[in-house]
Amino acid sequence: MWLTRPLQERSTQIFLGVLFAALVVVSALHVFMPQDSALYVSSYTVTLLGKYLCYALLAVAVDLVWGYLGILSLGHGAFFALGGYAMGMYLMRQIGDRGVYGDPILPDFMVFLNWQELPWYWLGFDMAWFAFVMVLLAPGILALVFGFLAFRSRVTGVYLSIITQALTFALMLAFFRNEMGFGGNNGLTDFKDILGFDLRTDATRLGLFIATGIALAIGYVVCRGIVTSKLGRVSVACRDAEARTRFLGYRVERVQLFVFVVSAMLAGVAGALYVPQVGIINPSEFSPLFSIEIVVWVALGGRATLYGAVIGALLVNYAKTVFTGVMPDAWLFALGGLFVLVTVFLPKGIAGLLFRKKKADDTSHTPAAQEATA
Amino acid sequence: MSIFQELSDREHVFEFLTQVQSPVDVRHGPILYLDDVNVSFDGFKAINNLNLTIDDGELRCIIGPNGAGKTTMMDIITGKTRPDSGSVWFGSRHNLLTMNEPDIASLGIGRKFQKPTVFEALTVFENLELAMAADKRVFPTLTAIMKPEFRDRIDEVLEMIGLKELRDALAGILSHGQKQWLEIGMLLMQKPRLLLVDEPVAGMTEQEMERTAELLTSLAGKQSVVVVEHDMGFVRSIARKVTVLHQGSVLAEGSMDQVSNDPEVIKVYLGEEA
Repeated sequence: MWLTRPLQERSTQIFLGVLFAALVVVSALHVFMPQDSALYVSSYTVTLLGKYLCYALLAVAVDLVWGYLGILSLGHGAFFALGGYAMGMYLMRQIGDRGVYGDPILPDFMVFLNWQELPWYWLGFDMAWFAFVMVLLAPGILALVFGFLAFRSRVTGVYLSIITQALTFALMLAFFRNEMGFGGNNGLTDFKDILGFDLRTDATRLGLFIATGIALAIGYVVCRGIVTSKLGRVSVACRDAEARTRFLGYRVERVQLFVFVVSAMLAGVAGALYVPQVGIINPSEFSPLFSIEIVVWVALGGRATLYGAVIGALLVNYAKTVFTGVMPDAWLFALGGLFVLVTVFLPKGIAGLLFRKKKADDTSHTPAAQEATA
Repeated sequence: MSIFQELSDREHVFEFLTQVQSPVDVRHGPILYLDDVNVSFDGFKAINNLNLTIDDGELRCIIGPNGAGKTTMMDIITGKTRPDSGSVWFGSRHNLLTMNEPDIASLGIGRKFQKPTVFEALTVFENLELAMAADKRVFPTLTAIMKPEFRDRIDEVLEMIGLKELRDALAGILSHGQKQWLEIGMLLMQKPRLLLVDEPVAGMTEQEMERTAELLTSLAGKQSVVVVEHDMGFVRSIARKVTVLHQGSVLAEGSMDQVSNDPEVIKVYLGEEA
């Protein structure tokens, strides 16, 4: 089975081991340590870490299409935000009559805009299962339609990157409009509870953090399953020699479409878990800058490794938290500088640095490499 | 008793069953038959009343000066170019002029282009795996598993192309010659009946050329091989039968010695070289 194959693989076992150990340690320190202890992990930190894990899942999704398929998507923020909006709509409907205006059906912003009834596309979002299905379907269908048109016309490389950038920018402008019915500029916020659990309690926050960790683990295994399958090798073949792959009899555009849709769905899940933890979703998540930032995380961590994407997302976002606290104005310069340094000195990213020695040993010991270099 | 054993052997594949997979009818001898083919591009006659017959299992070399129509001939056979008139038959059943490129390829005509293209980020083994004849749609590819018989088939081809030692090496580190062999191996994975090989030794060292000659001669018999080559030394080393093309038609045909002593041939082609 392609999904269970990664579980037998050393690197995946290590990744999952480290991830679950981190989940357990953070949870234990949060629950069992007294609040005045130096080792106590505050609820704020738990939520912050949960947010990082969402970004890590998003980075894995981007690495799947960029690293293994060669499609540099500069619009993955759009899929992340769509997943986030689907979750946000569910959370809005959960508020019920506890809103400022006390309307049992309409969210506050609709009452404010004098809307009389719920738009048709908000129907069903009061049911959790429907909203969770939409978390996958909304980004998935957008990716399917967009990818079908782009890949069928054999749009690749820098042109595709520009179109994805335009896609997320167009969606940002659309979601900014009040008439769209997604809260316009302010987005969706003031959430109260999820699946009946109060979002402001520590227990719910810890639960969301753990759920995000599990989602990252599943997302990682799914991606790993794809890249270690024959389809993964065909993806790499498409990345490096598209015409040759077609000549071997593979339908390149369908391979691209499949992987792209899977990646968009994973990004959607990341967005859906992000929204209840940060408490808001607004059109700024669609901003082209955010999508570019995701690519920077992946590049820093190391392209085409998956775990590199996770490392990159965690490190850069940690650095961002620290930097924006100490020197808010310097952050973008630091990020830009870091990107330049890594591109020049670590073309394979941080993951490349970690495994450089191991790889060198591996290849020099095989008779193949010796004969070939001789 | 022995018949009973043979019939009860579940691993045994009967010959009449394998025939179904390869419907090319070669009972009359030739596997490829070009008759009176003409092609012209904007008035220039690239192929002029070309007649050519390749027998099943034959290794044939085709030589000729630049512009003699060698590549155009390959294009016609693989369905890339349609001739103005004439007929092209694969075995005695398949009229290639009514078929498109993928159909011709799946019928068992493999073509190697001049410039080798292999997937450099994948290993030699993986390159062959991707080339293997299989269901190439997305979901079957996702769930595909490496069966022992596939592995055996790949190892068999690795042995043939002499890259067994380099099985798990990345294709990117191969030398130019090794890439050419790998590409021939990728063709073999598709189990072709007829291999069209365009200038296989361009840019190869002497040693690599020798090994390529061995490889191509060992393929003949199992497959029919048509080699287009400029290098006369190489052609001399592998050729059993040589066809000389000139201005789009066959000028001479025979063994290398016969051909190289033909005054016509010396005049148009070998004379310039010698």
